[in-house]
Amino acid sequence: MTQLQVLLFASYADAFGAGAVTVSVPEPATVADVVSALRKLPGGSVLPALPLVAVDRRYTPGAVPVVAGQEIAVIPPVAGG
Amino acid sequence: MIRTAIVDVPIDASALLTAVTSPATGATTLFLGTVRDVNEGRAVTGIEYSAYTAMASDELQRVADEAAARFEGIRVVVEHRIGTLHLEEVSVAIAVAHARRGPALDAQRFIIEELKRRVPIWKREHYVDGDWQWVDPTAHAAPLEATT
Repeated sequence: MTQLQVLLFASYADAFGAGAVTVSVPEPATVADVVSALRKLPGGSVLPALPLVAVDRRYTPGAVPVVAGQEIAVIPPVAGG
Repeated sequence: MIRTAIVDVPIDASALLTAVTSPATGATTLFLGTVRDVNEGRAVTGIEYSAYTAMASDELQRVADEAAARFEGIRVVVEHRIGTLHLEEVSVAIAVAHARRGPALDAQRFIIEELKRRVPIWKREHYVDGDWQWVDPTAHAAPLEATT
């Protein structure tokens, strides 16, 4: 298992009660593994099955591997403009 | 000349126009997004914009770079403001200049649509009755699709 920090924003940060959380995921881990772990935390039910995830500031599909040290963020529906 | 920024101070739209205009540009467009007083039938007093600033800066630049690749020769400045905005204040400004009006207008439309679709910025609307909520454009889209 490895520990990964995940950044949260807007409605997701409100639901989790924090701007960042740490999840434990099996190695090697994928983006989808991070989402699964997040959904088990208090507040995690706010997440849709396939939320937008960014790794190192780029939108990243669920099958992509992630490692500690990367900047991982779950992105609520965007509403700029 | 392609320049984008996430800012936390009022946007000076005339400065954007000055920046994109050059002797070679015959058409300059300016799009301003401003805070509206009613949304979904509720009276709005203001909007609190927040962002994943590091990624929003990168993604906004990528949008502008893609516009420059599609519409060769455009000059672009885009600024999106975050923080608490009152009615009529400018949340986003897009200035585009080109030799001709076609690419300028098309690039501007491309940039605002992609910005709204991709750039990680959120808004929390505050209402006259003291209530507030996060705006979720996808929540609005789903029932529309369900009725077709």
